[in-house]
Amino acid sequence: MTYLYAAYIATWVIHGTYLAILVRKYSKIRREMESLKKVASGQ
Amino acid sequence: MSFLAVMRATLAKDLRLEWRSKDAINAMLFFSLLVVVIFSFAFEPTAEESRKIAGGLVWVAFLFAAIVVLNQTWARELRNHVLDAYRMSPASANSLFLAKAFGNFIFVIVLEALMTPLFIAFYRLGAIGPAWELVPIATLGTWALVVNGTFFAAISLRTRSREVMLPLLLFPISVPALLGMVNATTAVLTGEESARFWITLLVAYDVVFTIACLLLFETILEAE
Amino acid sequence: MKRGFPILAIVTAVLLSFALYEALIGAPTERSMGDVQRIFYYHVPSAWTAFLLFSVNFGASIAYLIKRRPAADMVALTSAEVGVVFLTVNLVTGPIWARPVWGIWWTWDWRLTSTLVMWLIYVSYLLLRRFSAGGQAPLLAAALGVLGALCVPFVYFSIWFFRTQHPSPVIGGGGSLDPRMAHVLLINWAAFLCLAWLVCWTRYQLEVAKRQVEEAQSLESLLDGSR
Repeated sequence: MTYLYAAYIATWVIHGTYLAILVRKYSKIRREMESLKKVASGQ
Repeated sequence: MSFLAVMRATLAKDLRLEWRSKDAINAMLFFSLLVVVIFSFAFEPTAEESRKIAGGLVWVAFLFAAIVVLNQTWARELRNHVLDAYRMSPASANSLFLAKAFGNFIFVIVLEALMTPLFIAFYRLGAIGPAWELVPIATLGTWALVVNGTFFAAISLRTRSREVMLPLLLFPISVPALLGMVNATTAVLTGEESARFWITLLVAYDVVFTIACLLLFETILEAE
Repeated sequence: MKRGFPILAIVTAVLLSFALYEALIGAPTERSMGDVQRIFYYHVPSAWTAFLLFSVNFGASIAYLIKRRPAADMVALTSAEVGVVFLTVNLVTGPIWARPVWGIWWTWDWRLTSTLVMWLIYVSYLLLRRFSAGGQAPLLAAALGVLGALCVPFVYFSIWFFRTQHPSPVIGGGGSLDPRMAHVLLINWAAFLCLAWLVCWTRYQLEVAKRQVEEAQSLESLLDGSR
């Protein structure tokens, strides 16, 4: 039985990890966009 | 210049350069010998056992040796900006590709011819099945490795860690061909089954990938 | 598409929950393997979804080679990445299923081996993208995408023939399927497809933003240099 749950949990861990990576990349892009805007408006 | 003329000229140049320096062939030979010796530490097979595993061993050794020669395929051209000259010339990109592929093919076939007696001696090999079938198997198998290898070597040129990229790209895509080569060789050596299916597979693989590489090479060459 | 996203997210969540319920409770218990067999409802649709995504990659690669549109390149990248994620799920659930049923973690059975090779092909695709210098990455990757896709039928066919000659334990079960199980299988596949669509959309938007930022940054450094 535990194997069954292990498989389902593993599935969601894998999907979750990928989504977490995407979220982290998105935050980074957000920050870079903000800094670019600051530079642009600072001119 | 015509397609064949360019191809022949490039091929002749590469063969001549190699004959003078013997860089690639020496490296390949030494590498293959090393593989053979190291495997001998792992296996001390009887004649019958060795017939079963020799197919895999032999092609692993040839595959690694092929990587050695493939990695330097384009290096020479880069050094002297020959690749740029090719891009600017009206010569067909495919004549360059085929010249390189045939050159590599010849180098690896020569290696295989030199290594075969050594393998026979070291592993006490003797073919039970039709030994002549090993010729088309070697030809088709080597071409499969070399045509994709030359193509991926050109792709790897434009990547960081060039030498790592080539085997990384080549090995997964070569799996069906490797399966074919190894099983066909084992089939002939053990005589237990017919190599016909695997030879047909190799023919189909070679046809598909030669055409695909020829269609795509110009694009790869143009990419700066 | 912006407005559609929350709706898609809700539909996905609902479908996934329902599919999970069906898989764990609704579906009948298999006679020989017992409850462990329920891994099947996650193992198989993951592979099917990955296959679909890799087909999209094939199409997008060809489209890029012909038209050179950045959108095609981004679709190719997205579908390859998400496809690898789903295929990873398949490759992980496979051994977890194999262990209680066959007592071994891995067997070089036809499906697992072919799937592993396909996984290697597309991981090498992603590595090529990562390691190639900016401008030519899309073109080189498109070429590899085409060759990789051409290779997949060879991989499955050759390994299948090899396994018919040298049989080994088969994971994933053969034979006919109970219609109730087929029903649950399809529900889970539909849920996974929605999830794939959601994740692909997210990844695509991320890539769009990333390229905009990169363009702006290079523009900025150009201006900086000219001052």
